[in-house]
Amino acid sequence: MNIVRIIFSYIIFPGFVFTAVVGLFLTWIDRKVTARIHWRVGPPWFQPYADFLKLLLKETMIPEGSSKTLFLLGPLLGLVGMSIFAVMLFNMNFNPSGSFVGDLIVIIYLLALPPIGIIIGGSASKNPLASVGASREMTLYFAYELPFLIALTSIILKAGGSIKFGEIILAQQAEGPFLYSISGVIAAVVIFLSIQAKLSFIPFDIPEAEQEIMAGPYIEYSGVALAIYKMTRAMMLFLLPLFLISVLWGGFANWWAILKLLLIIVLIILVKNTNPRLRIDQALKFFWVGIGTLSTIGLILAFYGL
Amino acid sequence: MRRIVPIGPYHPLQEEPEFFKLIVEGEKVVDLEINIGYNHRGHEFISQTLTWDQVSFLVERICGICSDSHPYAYVLAVEDIVHITAPPRAQYIRTIIGELERIHSHYLWLGLAGHFIGYNTVWMWVWRYREPLLDLFELIMGNRNHYAINKIGGARRDILPEDYPKIEKYLDLLEKKNTMFTNAILDDPVIRARLENVGVLTKEDAIAYAVTGPTARGSGYACDVRKDDPYDAYDKVDWNMVVFPEGDVLAKAKVRLIECHESIKIVRQCLKDMPDGPIETRVDEIPPGEGIGRHEAPRGEVFHYVRSDGSNMPVRHKVRAPSYMNIASNVVAVRGYSIADAALVLAAVDPCYCCTERTFVYENGKKKYSGQDLLRLSWKKTEDIKRRYKK
Repeated sequence: MNIVRIIFSYIIFPGFVFTAVVGLFLTWIDRKVTARIHWRVGPPWFQPYADFLKLLLKETMIPEGSSKTLFLLGPLLGLVGMSIFAVMLFNMNFNPSGSFVGDLIVIIYLLALPPIGIIIGGSASKNPLASVGASREMTLYFAYELPFLIALTSIILKAGGSIKFGEIILAQQAEGPFLYSISGVIAAVVIFLSIQAKLSFIPFDIPEAEQEIMAGPYIEYSGVALAIYKMTRAMMLFLLPLFLISVLWGGFANWWAILKLLLIIVLIILVKNTNPRLRIDQALKFFWVGIGTLSTIGLILAFYGL
Repeated sequence: MRRIVPIGPYHPLQEEPEFFKLIVEGEKVVDLEINIGYNHRGHEFISQTLTWDQVSFLVERICGICSDSHPYAYVLAVEDIVHITAPPRAQYIRTIIGELERIHSHYLWLGLAGHFIGYNTVWMWVWRYREPLLDLFELIMGNRNHYAINKIGGARRDILPEDYPKIEKYLDLLEKKNTMFTNAILDDPVIRARLENVGVLTKEDAIAYAVTGPTARGSGYACDVRKDDPYDAYDKVDWNMVVFPEGDVLAKAKVRLIECHESIKIVRQCLKDMPDGPIETRVDEIPPGEGIGRHEAPRGEVFHYVRSDGSNMPVRHKVRAPSYMNIASNVVAVRGYSIADAALVLAAVDPCYCCTERTFVYENGKKKYSGQDLLRLSWKKTEDIKRRYKK
């Protein structure tokens, strides 16, 4: 009985299937809002699902001379990471005082899996453009991870030094969301920009810049492998805003969370559509100098309880 | 370690086939090899098999974007042989169409430039305001593209006085939107971070590579056929040449945006001062001789040389398109910048490959390969490649 429940929670709800379906729906919102901003009509609601099914029916080509195992491992890594992340996120929110062990350290590692998958897959494809894309992805990961970690540290400080996810949510339920303080707002800005970069959305879609390196790491992918990459990205579009809500906006175990989620996603889309793409060195400077300083100020403020 | 990053022959950066070999060290571009010639159609040869009047329709199809510039230069060249000028009204009509085409071409570039830096909102918005201009072309000349307004000795079609208000109305809309785009693009800090001091082409290099048009004017080299060697109505209206000295991609964008303002000014004055009268001087015979025609196309000077032996067809017709000169300057402009910048710099000259490449294979005055032969050769090569890579 217990094992069936565990398998159900990883595969169906809230793990892989549920997250993927909602995530693909959110990519439709992204495409539709983007289209309206562009004075275009935009696709119908089932378009992401249709795209996904189409890709499943296509042949998966593996480039000659590439490492077959690593090439196929790349997409799977990110998918597995995001599925486990989804289960942890939902368990912690709906049962924060439960015995399920989940802390921020594990989540930081799980969030690192999709970029690592992209780097492995891109490097394994034996294509100059893919390797440029993989090296850009690596640089970008190091760029946004530092301020992201500093912002998470300030949240840990506010939660009384606990790295347990459940206790962060319980602390917010007791004292009100962390967002309603100066250091909370700073952490929210930093995590929001990191999410933009983790999703590879403009201005940080540098690793896959289609006009420069033609989708970078994804260039050799086709069929099921490409579909898995796309789906992982869609799941991230759902899970990362939820993560922001859980650590800063009081958790999502209530109906308001849907509005909060949509608000964050629309903000992400607006930032995406009102900026050009940065260069990789500019992005690195932006995250390490600008956002890094901001997150450090947030950390100091959180230390003094502001 | 040196590696090659290929841009082309098919690449989302540019919609026409061309091949730029970026030789990179990490992300830094150390050298560039340009390989063009994927788009041969043999226009100069076909031109020698058509009558004088048919050629202007042929050269119009050299390029879809500057489809007024090539026939414009061609008819100026033929009028140079015959020693006539078009009647005043025809001159004003040609000038109006030439300037409207400049606006539509610059807007096309601006939209694409937005797309190349990943700013698709700029792309869609700019093209949204380019759309009514194409409708206007359809209204005036019956076609959204390939207007066929130029005719040896005048203009093919009159602009009706009842259409003036419609043109004026569009110019009012465009003036507002052009100001909006100029401010929005030049004030955006992220756009400036991407465009400023990128792909600098110095004035010396601009002169050495003989670049023309906005590429030269963005490098501080003031050259514009409309001012240097005025033709038609360009010396009868008041306008300024736009020159910026910086030489970077932003300067080229500024030149094009402000040139749109100047074009609006020119069209307004032409509509106001347009004289009445015939729109065509009748030309019956083209005497033997040679003539040249120069027109400032949106991308720079387009040059046509035509030679006549008194028959009903040109014996030699030579076209020099502006992109042919501008593309070569990329070699100095991209060196030392990153791959991300290179994509922008290559597009900043507003390259037009269909203008540049029109060759037919000739040897010692005899046709070496016909179209069928070339096709057969291409099939053979495909078979060879297939065999070589089949293991």
